[in-house]
Amino acid sequence: MTGWLDTLLVLIVLTNLKLLGTSRLGGCIRVVAAQGVLLGGLPLLAGGGLLAPRALLLAAAGVGLKGIVFPWLLLRALREAKVQREVQPYLGFTASMLIGAGVLGIGLWAGSRLPLPTAVRSSLLVPVALATMLTGLLVVVSRSKAITQVLGYLVFENGIYAFGVGIAPDAPVLVELGILLDVFVAVFVMGIMIFHINREFDDIDTERLSELRDWRPE
Amino acid sequence: MIPALIALPALAGVAAFTLKRDAVRRALLIGAAIGHGAMTASCWWRRPEPVASGWLALDAAGLLFLTLTSLLFLASAVYAAHYLRHEERGRRTDFKEGLLFSNAPEAVFTGCLLFFLSTMTLVCASRHLGLLWVAVEGTTLASAPLIYFHRHHRSLEATWKYLVICSVGIGLALLGTLCLAVAGAGSEGGPASMVIDDLIARGGTLQPDWLRLAFLLLLVGYGTKMGLAPLHTWLPDAHSESPSLVSALLSGAVLNCAFLAVLRSQQVLEAGGQGDLGRNLLMTFGLASMGLAGVFVLGQTDYKRMLAYSSVEHMGILALGVGIGGAGARGAMLHAVNHSLTKGVLFLVAGNILHLYRTKEVAGVRGLVRALPISGPLWIAGMLAVTGSPPFGPFLSEFTVLYGALEQGRSVVAALYLVFLAIVFVGMGQTVLRMSQGPLPEGGPAPAAGRPAGAAEPWTSAMVPAALALIVLMLGVYVPPALDAIVLEAAGLVGGR
Repeated sequence: MTGWLDTLLVLIVLTNLKLLGTSRLGGCIRVVAAQGVLLGGLPLLAGGGLLAPRALLLAAAGVGLKGIVFPWLLLRALREAKVQREVQPYLGFTASMLIGAGVLGIGLWAGSRLPLPTAVRSSLLVPVALATMLTGLLVVVSRSKAITQVLGYLVFENGIYAFGVGIAPDAPVLVELGILLDVFVAVFVMGIMIFHINREFDDIDTERLSELRDWRPE
Repeated sequence: MIPALIALPALAGVAAFTLKRDAVRRALLIGAAIGHGAMTASCWWRRPEPVASGWLALDAAGLLFLTLTSLLFLASAVYAAHYLRHEERGRRTDFKEGLLFSNAPEAVFTGCLLFFLSTMTLVCASRHLGLLWVAVEGTTLASAPLIYFHRHHRSLEATWKYLVICSVGIGLALLGTLCLAVAGAGSEGGPASMVIDDLIARGGTLQPDWLRLAFLLLLVGYGTKMGLAPLHTWLPDAHSESPSLVSALLSGAVLNCAFLAVLRSQQVLEAGGQGDLGRNLLMTFGLASMGLAGVFVLGQTDYKRMLAYSSVEHMGILALGVGIGGAGARGAMLHAVNHSLTKGVLFLVAGNILHLYRTKEVAGVRGLVRALPISGPLWIAGMLAVTGSPPFGPFLSEFTVLYGALEQGRSVVAALYLVFLAIVFVGMGQTVLRMSQGPLPEGGPAPAAGRPAGAAEPWTSAMVPAALALIVLMLGVYVPPALDAIVLEAAGLVGGR
């Protein structure tokens, strides 16, 4: 089963890199959706057993939310915002990809240094989770569209989720579902905000959101 | 009792979304606030039993912060009923830039307000760290629509920053919670219980490296929500753009909830025998917040932003007090009470000022004492209280924190503490006195509000902050023994006495 798990983790890393190199907003949403589906497989492979009810429930909830509901919400928000659908990064795609690869290196290094008291199914799990979190943060700070910031937040959350499933596979289902619910509401509220940002500015570029500050040059 | 405390506002919130009539919905808001307050008060007589296998329970710190939240919510609810009745309908002109905007539907506002109370209650009552995280993130999500009540681009910007910064910040706290699960997993590999009492009981067996990492992430995560510098960047925007009663709740209740989460982390760290690391970090963050707030309060041109930076300063005092430990921790707990109530007074009064003068610029407000015979003096009194002048409550608690620092021979910390307090005093004093004195501005503020100059202030909007101010004054002269006992018990959780 470790072979399958490693394959899944490598695929997750590929979605990270693909996200950093994608220039169309719709494409980015689909990449994150694919990552959500892959993550849904994690509780099955990393948890107690392939067919444990707990793992099945979490996998179903994860795939349903991250693979179907979130992309649907975001694609709808994108359709309603009839704007330029390019990502418009502060940081070029090549540079982003290089940093993405560097981040993976950091993940591998940190993962090998942290002493894991529990038996983790795959030595790749912690590095991939860390790299995914850092990729998410990179997307949040290096892309200017409101939708890409939500995607970055989702990828960051995906990384934490992978970390949690990998190293604390016995966490109570109620808490896991609570976390999923919070992320769902977060994406929902952010989706509403994107709608309003678009209505207010005819654009969803967060560079427009720079009015509030303490001292204004006179 | 605890499930009822959480469920009452949640159900009322659902009802608020479905009710059609405004008057009924406002009555429901006040009714739910009173019900919640009464149940919270009854917890003081008989501490409720833990429920859900120890996941939900009220210890001293939880009860203290729950009481503050409930009291402040009651004040805000009464104020809100008045505020909502007097908000103009439909599209209207923004006073700052002259653009047109409208309000969010009142049902959404009231519903989210009640959900907000429900999630804050859950924060105070949860003993399971995973549940605590879910609840803290819940407060962010329930309060975001409240900030975007006035639908214009400035509040939109504030809401977006609040959502993104706090969600990512709190994400780090989730990572910290997971690291704590690893620290507690133990060599036998059994599932780690994340109930705080279990973690504390196992204190010494927690894996030290993971425990330290977990604490760092928890502190940064919940510290973002608490507004500790340099993680405070969302705070001034959100506090200045939201309706004043929401600012009062954000500042007086939700920051406390995040502080409670930091306290829980420190409790576990201390049980793991590494309390010193946490205390040093808390002291550093505390002094940084106080210093930064001092810089931004001086010469601040927007009085609501000034209050927001004052909140950053006071969160710094709380962190510093817990960091010092001993009498400092006791002072910090008492200061949480004093700060919440005082900031409630100030933000609600700021709402009255904004309503009359239609500007948040300090330069546009003059002759406040004449224009608002109750709110004007309250504005000065609140300023004196929040900057730690006798005879108000914050003086007593800030002095206790100072005493704690000196008692432990931390003279440098004490000196910095006094310098920062003095800077904020000068900055706030200058601004508030300039607003209060002098003649009314040209043309007078009164016509804008649609009532003759010198007319009596609306009863509710003035009496609510006045009542809170009376409590703050009382706490400066006399701390009731029951409150003193619970403050001491709460401080004892993090090594205070």
